[in-house]
Amino acid sequence: MLEFHQLTSKTVVVPNTNIDTDIIIPARFLKVTDKKGLGVNAFYAWRYKDGAVDPDCILNQDAAKGAEILVAGDNFGCGSSREHAPWALLDYGFRAVISTSIADIFRGNSLKNGFLPLEVDAAFHQKLMAQGGSEVTIDLDTQKVTAADGSTVSFEVEPFARYCLLNGMDQLDFLLSQMDDIKAFEEARI
Amino acid sequence: MPKTLFDKIWEAHMVKAETTDYPGVLYIDRQLIHEVTSPQAFAMLEEKGIPVRRPELTIATMDHGTPTLRPDEEGNYPFVDDSARKQCAMLETNCEKHGVTLYALGSRQQGIVHVIGPELGLTLPGQTIVCGDSHTSTHGAFGALAFGIGTSEVGHVMATQCLLQRKPKTIAINVEGQLQPGVTAKDLIMGIIAQVGIGGGTGAVFEYRGEAVKALTMDERMTVCNMSIEAGARAGLIAPDDKTFAYIKGRQYAPKGEDWDKAVARWRTLPTDEGAVFDKEISVDVSKLEPMVTYGTNPGMAIGIGAPIPDPKGSATEEHALNYMGLKTGESLLGQHVDMVFIGSCTNSRISDLRAAAAIFKDRKVASGVRTLVVPGSFEVKDQAEKEGLDQIFLAAGAEWREPGCSMCIAMNGDLAQPGELVVSTSNRNFLGRQGAGSKTVLASPLTAAASAINGVVSDARQLGGN
Repeated sequence: MLEFHQLTSKTVVVPNTNIDTDIIIPARFLKVTDKKGLGVNAFYAWRYKDGAVDPDCILNQDAAKGAEILVAGDNFGCGSSREHAPWALLDYGFRAVISTSIADIFRGNSLKNGFLPLEVDAAFHQKLMAQGGSEVTIDLDTQKVTAADGSTVSFEVEPFARYCLLNGMDQLDFLLSQMDDIKAFEEARI
Repeated sequence: MPKTLFDKIWEAHMVKAETTDYPGVLYIDRQLIHEVTSPQAFAMLEEKGIPVRRPELTIATMDHGTPTLRPDEEGNYPFVDDSARKQCAMLETNCEKHGVTLYALGSRQQGIVHVIGPELGLTLPGQTIVCGDSHTSTHGAFGALAFGIGTSEVGHVMATQCLLQRKPKTIAINVEGQLQPGVTAKDLIMGIIAQVGIGGGTGAVFEYRGEAVKALTMDERMTVCNMSIEAGARAGLIAPDDKTFAYIKGRQYAPKGEDWDKAVARWRTLPTDEGAVFDKEISVDVSKLEPMVTYGTNPGMAIGIGAPIPDPKGSATEEHALNYMGLKTGESLLGQHVDMVFIGSCTNSRISDLRAAAAIFKDRKVASGVRTLVVPGSFEVKDQAEKEGLDQIFLAAGAEWREPGCSMCIAMNGDLAQPGELVVSTSNRNFLGRQGAGSKTVLASPLTAAASAINGVVSDARQLGGN
C-alpha cells in the first residue's frame, strides 16, 4: 500500500455537500477488472459537457492542476460502497480529501489505499473553503493540518489505519497474522 | 446487563476485541459476491498466493451489469459491451478456480444479490453477512448484521473469513403510529431518511422498532432495511420473529430438521432486551405520512407527494439539485411530466412490489410515450409473477417485462434513461446521472411509480385505488 507521511499541496475546493460515489466515479465506468485508469472519468458529470472537457468546471481550470488535496462539503463519499471511488481519486492525482464529515464505507476504503480522508471542524473547514488554491500541509505523524496562514488543527485517524499508512502496510497482512485466533474461534463455535 | 440485538450479534462474532491500537477482528458467517466488486479482490489473493479460505461460506451471482433481455437462440446474452461480458466471464473463472458456488446467467437462482440471498435461505437471523455492495443492509430485515464493504474487504473475508472493525454506534429508530392505506414500506423508509438526513446514520447501525415495523411483511422489512445506507447507516436491523422464521423455513440453505428447531430457539433470544440502551434513539411518527417522492439529487431530499418543494435556504448544493431536476421551490411533484418508469431494484423488485404495481396497471394502459420497465429481482419472483399472470397485466398495459437484474437502478447494463429524461423509479438512489448521464430520478413506491406510468405525470396512486 502507498505510504502517507506528510503532504504539502495546493488545494482545490469543491464546496458541494453530500458528494456521492456516483459523482466521484459513475457506475458505467465500473466495468473494469483492475484498479488503474479510473482517474480520467473521475467526476465525469461535472468535468465533461457533451463529451468534451468543460472549462467552466473548477477541476478543469489551471488553478486546480497538480492539486493533491481536495476540500469538499459535508458528508463526502456517501452512497455506494465502490472502492473505485478512492481508486479514481488517487489515479486522478488526489492524495487526501478534507471535509467536515466523511461517509463510513468510503472512509474505510480510502484508508486501505493510501488515500487520506480527513474531518476538520466547521470553522477551519470554512477557512480552507475560502482559500481555494492555497497551500495546505497534512502531517499524519503529528495528526495536524496547517493552512496557508499558519493556523493548525488536529485531526483524528483510526490508530491502526494510521499505523498502516505510515508504514505502507497492508491491513490484510495483519489479519492473516491473526489466523491462530480465527481458527480457535471457529473450533470453539462448533 | 440488557443487550441490544446488535450487541448480541457483535459479541457472538468477536474473534478478538478491539483495543486502542487495534480494531476488533469480526467473524463473517456469509459473504455474497457479484461481478463488479470482486475481480480486484480475487486478484489480490492471487498476488499473495493465498486461496479463498472458506469457499463454502461465499456465494456468487451476477446482477449489476447483466442484460435483462433474453439470450438469443444460441444462448448468447446481449451484454451492453465487452467489458460487461468480460466481468461476468472473469467471475466464472474466479469462482471455478477458487471453489465458490456461482449462480451465473442461465441459472434459475441468478438474480439481484439481495433478493436471492434471503430467497435461498442464505440470510439467517444472528448472522454477520457482507457483500461488496452498500445495499447489503437489506439482509438486516432478518435480524442479521449485514453491511456493505469495499473490494479490499471482500478480499479480507475471502482470505480470512474476518474483517477488522471498530464497534459502530447504535441508533434506535422508534417508529410510532400506523401507516395509512396507500402508504407503503418504501414511503416509511423515505420518510425516515428525510427526517434523519442522509448523513444522520454515519458511524451507526439502526434498529427499526415499534408496532408499525412489527406489522410489516418480510418483503416490506427488506425494503426498509435496504435503504438504511441512504441515511448513512451501514446496517439496519429488525428483530426476528415468527414472520421471519416462517419466511426462512424450508428454503434451500436454511437449517433442516433438528437443526431448524435449535436454530429457531437460538434466534428467539436475539431481540433487544427490555431496558437495553442505545447510543441514541430517534422517534418517527408515521401516522400522517404521505406517499413520498424525491425532488432533488439525494434520497434525503424527499417530501410527501402533494407537498410543496422546500426552499433551499441558501444551500448552493440544493439549488443546483433543483436546477438539475428542473423543479422550483413551492411546486408540487404531482403533475410533473414523466418520461420513464422503472419498477425493480433490490429495494422494490419482490413479488409484493409487483403485485402492488400490477393492481394499478390492471385494465389500464401506460400513458403514450412513457417507457416502463418492470424488472423482477429474481427468477423466483419472475416465476411467481408469471404464475399469477402479473406479466400479462404489465404487457397488456404496455410495460416491458424483463429478466432479473439490477437494471436501471445502477444503469450500467444498457437499461437507462436519456439526458434530460425524468424517471419515476422504485430504486434507492436519485444521485445525479445515476440512471443515465443527464437523467433525472424521482424515487417513489411501486404504487406511485405505477400510477405515474398510467397518467404520464407524477401521480398519487390513491386516486387510482392503490392501497
